[in-house]
Amino acid sequence: MRFLRGEPFAVAGVAIYAVIVAAAVLADRVAPYNPTEILRANRRIARYLPISGDFWLGTTSSGMDIASQLIFGARTALQVGLTAAFAVVAIGTVLGLLAGYLGGWVDKAITRLADVVLGLPFLPTMLVLASLTRPGTGIVVFTVTALLWPNTARVIRSQVLSLRERAWVEAARVAGCSNARIMFVHILPQVLPLAALYGSVAIGWAILAEAAASFLGFGDPASMSWGVMLQDAYANQALSRGAWNWFVPPGVAILAMVLAGFMISRGSEKLLFPKLGDN
Amino acid sequence: MLRVIAERVGHLVLVLWVVATLTFLMFRLMPGDPTLNFLSPSFNDETRAALMRSFGLDRPLWEQYVIYMWQLARGDFGVSFLQNQPVSVLLWDALPNTAVLTVVSLVLAYAIGIVVGAFLAFRRGSAVEGVAIPVALATRAAPEFWLGMLVLAVFAFHLGWFPTGGAVSPGGTMGGVWERLGSADFWWHLCLPAVTLTLFLQGLPLLLMRATMLEVLNDEFITMARMKGLSRWSIVMRHAARNALLPVVTAFALGLGASIGGNVVIETVFAWPGIGRVLVGAVQASDYPLAQGAFIMIAFVLVVMNTVADLAYAWLDPRVSVGARR
Repeated sequence: MRFLRGEPFAVAGVAIYAVIVAAAVLADRVAPYNPTEILRANRRIARYLPISGDFWLGTTSSGMDIASQLIFGARTALQVGLTAAFAVVAIGTVLGLLAGYLGGWVDKAITRLADVVLGLPFLPTMLVLASLTRPGTGIVVFTVTALLWPNTARVIRSQVLSLRERAWVEAARVAGCSNARIMFVHILPQVLPLAALYGSVAIGWAILAEAAASFLGFGDPASMSWGVMLQDAYANQALSRGAWNWFVPPGVAILAMVLAGFMISRGSEKLLFPKLGDN
Repeated sequence: MLRVIAERVGHLVLVLWVVATLTFLMFRLMPGDPTLNFLSPSFNDETRAALMRSFGLDRPLWEQYVIYMWQLARGDFGVSFLQNQPVSVLLWDALPNTAVLTVVSLVLAYAIGIVVGAFLAFRRGSAVEGVAIPVALATRAAPEFWLGMLVLAVFAFHLGWFPTGGAVSPGGTMGGVWERLGSADFWWHLCLPAVTLTLFLQGLPLLLMRATMLEVLNDEFITMARMKGLSRWSIVMRHAARNALLPVVTAFALGLGASIGGNVVIETVFAWPGIGRVLVGAVQASDYPLAQGAFIMIAFVLVVMNTVADLAYAWLDPRVSVGARR
């Protein structure tokens, strides 16, 4: 963790992640209520209650505890974000590596494929796929993976193009290493930091995508996510009732998590690529 | 340049064709019968078969594909399941609303972003920068629709200054395109969605402008200008900013394509009758000719703008040779 010193942005980002991970892991113990339980206060369903000692962030229109929903939402956010980011980075890195190292028709095919994928509008594609299959977080992760890998692949490809001309690659080839070995044992470790950088941003995109899908009614109704909370608030007159305690916290949580990804990547960029200078 | 254009346009046609084919496959090959959602179970088999026939769904897949491509080439998107109108009529009605929203917001966002970004590069390392950069990053990190909800809650519900949604006041009718553009009511309704979209979009040009300005300010011709004794402001605005604008212009074209599709959520929050909302409505109602038409239109705008961005870049910067990129 020493590398964080002198990087206030990255420190703040890591701190935000620490809080979110803690909330996700300890949700059962920290959350005061079951997030989908209809609560009662004074023998009536606890609808639209403001912030109080019993309900830290008040309650929803159907009498559920907002603070508990927020805490459990961290679980969904981490699940969606991490799986999508991992898949984006894995596919983008492998395809970028193949395109950059092998060149020729492999490179051409992958570049063309990337061009086509970049021609698919992100949210509309997710909507259509979600409506034609079963709505839920699976389709969100799938769409994020299927549509965002070209960004990673392009960067990895150009990095590999320069790496493969280095003397140590030539040396490995002379020593009788196979192409696969050179790619995955020698070059891959060199591009992994760059891939991780793109991964930290992809986490953010995945969470934003999940929120948008939920908001448009294609989220997973069974899981408790920040996007589902916002959709619930929007659909149940939280805005006209001025129920700020309901629709502000989930948005802030999403913002914080996405921003943390940006800040970590900006901070670590300087450490990984000192040549870029300090702007 | 002509060869470059021909090459890019050829590539564009290829990508458009692949996207159209993917759309066709996406809508036909998905599990489940699309007509089941829309046909009432009370229909008997005969009515059902007649309906399938009228939409051409009883033919073999390749035949459907040929018909689809032929109709698409002529700008015919079929007939909406639910609204009993040609899809193209519904789309052409919605497209101007989306176009106005997108163009107004993008122009505002880029005007603000370029000026503020240049200013931040000029005042590098100041306290202003310490505040402005995190704020710009935060607007990019916030969910678009949530920004819209906040704007709605403050300006429409709390203060009551603006309407809460739609494009016309209750009782009003939405006329043709020119009639709309001339009506104060339309622009009045446009304010909040446009402000939200501007807020969301300004971060990118701002950060981009700042980064390229800082880069350009290190170039030799800036040192030269300084040696000539030009004022700092004149150097920044007349010499550096012009050169730094290049990536920003490209981003503008890309942004135009991307936000037509990204407007889906903003249009839903503000009930703005644009093409994104048509798509959401059609998808929710399983009106799949309409959903397919809206999707293709959004995708085509995106692909065309990607090409325009490429060409603009090549045209503005002679150093870029388009062929060398591949």
